Amino acid sequence: MSKRKNTIISALLLLALFGFILILERMLPPTHIALTVLKKSCIYALVAVSMNLLNGFTGLFSLGQAGFMLIGAYTYGILTIPVEARASVYMYYGGGIIQFAVPVAVGILAAGITAAAFAWLIGLPVLRLKSDYLAIATLGFAEIIRAVFMWDKLGVLTNGSNLLRKFPTFSSVTFPFIVAGCCIAVMVLIINSSYGRAFKAIRDDEIAAEAMGINLAKHKRMAFCISSFFAGVGGALLAMYQTSIQANTFKSAMTYEILLIVVIGGLGSVTGSCIASFLFIACSEWWLRFLDAEMYIGDFKVPLLRSGFRKVVFAVIIMIIVLFYRRGIMGNKEFSVEGICNFFKKRFGRKKEAAS
Amino acid sequence: MDFLSKNLSYLLAGVSVGGQYALIAIGYTMVYGILRLINFAHGDIFTVAALILVYSTTILPLYIAIPLVLVATVALGYIVERVAYKPLRSAPRMSIMISAIGVSYLLQNLALYITGGLAQTYPAIPIISESIKIGPATTKVVTVVTPVLTIILVIVLMWLINHTKVGMAMRAVANDFETSRLMGIKVDNVISVTFVIGSFLAAVGSLLYFTNYASVVPTSGAMPGLKAFVAAVFGGIGSIPGAVIGAFIIGICENIIKGLGWTTFSDAFTFALLIVVLIVKPTGLFGEKATDKV
Repeated sequence: MSKRKNTIISALLLLALFGFILILERMLPPTHIALTVLKKSCIYALVAVSMNLLNGFTGLFSLGQAGFMLIGAYTYGILTIPVEARASVYMYYGGGIIQFAVPVAVGILAAGITAAAFAWLIGLPVLRLKSDYLAIATLGFAEIIRAVFMWDKLGVLTNGSNLLRKFPTFSSVTFPFIVAGCCIAVMVLIINSSYGRAFKAIRDDEIAAEAMGINLAKHKRMAFCISSFFAGVGGALLAMYQTSIQANTFKSAMTYEILLIVVIGGLGSVTGSCIASFLFIACSEWWLRFLDAEMYIGDFKVPLLRSGFRKVVFAVIIMIIVLFYRRGIMGNKEFSVEGICNFFKKRFGRKKEAAS
Repeated sequence: MDFLSKNLSYLLAGVSVGGQYALIAIGYTMVYGILRLINFAHGDIFTVAALILVYSTTILPLYIAIPLVLVATVALGYIVERVAYKPLRSAPRMSIMISAIGVSYLLQNLALYITGGLAQTYPAIPIISESIKIGPATTKVVTVVTPVLTIILVIVLMWLINHTKVGMAMRAVANDFETSRLMGIKVDNVISVTFVIGSFLAAVGSLLYFTNYASVVPTSGAMPGLKAFVAAVFGGIGSIPGAVIGAFIIGICENIIKGLGWTTFSDAFTFALLIVVLIVKPTGLFGEKATDKV
């Protein structure tokens, strides 16, 4: 199959998926769990792909994603709360100092840009570090950012440790789907561009990449900023999904969850991250729910089942994937029709051989 | 003098917390020295030790419960190493770190399941929970016991590492994995011993640390764990005296910052220190010279 044909088929598949979601939304009551899962998994897919861009494609092991999401969420919240609602939101800080509101699109864009700007600043010292030191330093920065946003001296801007709320949100699945879809598409374009090739070269061998004339510092900083930009957008979307923002929800546990999604999907696979984030959210919020409820088979009460058990089962599944299926669902390949065809051909072909 | 009497309670708390961080930091620094792995699950092992004490004191007297906690924590550390880290020994460093994060996630969720998400009241341990007056400040006995106990344990550990056969094997493995295997050292056993020692010290640290707190939640070990890791980096990762001194410095600074009324930034300070150390002197205070960190 030619490359062009592949692109067309992928686009058609995406359209079909979009149509399916539209139909699903019409059919199901608006509070149905499937819609919640879809909304949340769109957002997580965006953040997971942005983390994959950094960890899987550039080989920079960063654990600062929650921090950049926090920046994005706060920027969006601060800029878009309607002027008339500010007095009640910032009730402890005299209505806050910002007395204007921008449209949603501008707010989301600003969220990304602010996160990228912070990433540029943080990257200056941090990107000189390598592997686990980079991980721990970015994790540290995320914690510092969280502390700064909760500082009551900045309360006129960030509302201290109180909630930010009453900003515009979304109710339909299509909004996060389109925004996340566009962002992921942009990231795919970047990954396939000459910059993306430079990123991959850095991941595979820094010294060789440098010898080929790739400016290491520049490209690392660029990958870091791009990844943070989309993490910031993801943060803004998450804020809209949750309808309120509090710095305490953006803990390192969130970064770990996203990292696990990336690993389950396969480091270096965009489609893998998307599929994994849907499976991750669906399992943790929906499909494993039955493990939390007490269950009786006849008179026999099934042991162990009570609130919280699903998370344990889930964590065990994750450990099994991490230990035995280290490459994740997709490895470093992408989902494509051709790949599926080949997969079935192989299976089918082998069966034929065995039969003859 | 006036300053000292005013801030004595903060200083004492700092020394005490520093000692507790030191006991955790040793576990990090030893594991990192040998496996080059940031053991993200170490902080959760520390929490689990506290939860074991909470549950065992409900049915057992304290003089059985405390040894039980030490034994169970050591067993947990051993099992975690065998199950989650040993199969990945030849894998890239990133995989083993992700596995550590996975273990941390599992232990936290397990703790959440067992506790039902409720904060568990930490039992008062006699003698060390009692109040004592030092000069103008009143604190718990644990504040005085911690630094002394920490220093005794560190001296024992240093003796173990420098003057016994297993200690020599540990130094050899930390220095060169492959060569020590060629020399007939059972590397896997040495790594297990490292995890056993680390978990034992974490259990002792947990007994001392949570005496200052009324209750335990499944995530209460995460922050002290990260701070202890920072202490280990600050002191020069792989160096035990470095980790101890780093931990004391961090503990004291943190409490002085709290005393100045900047509580929000006491956690942030630790990480700021980490970043400064990594940039200015990546080998830490006592780190080995040869490095591939930067």
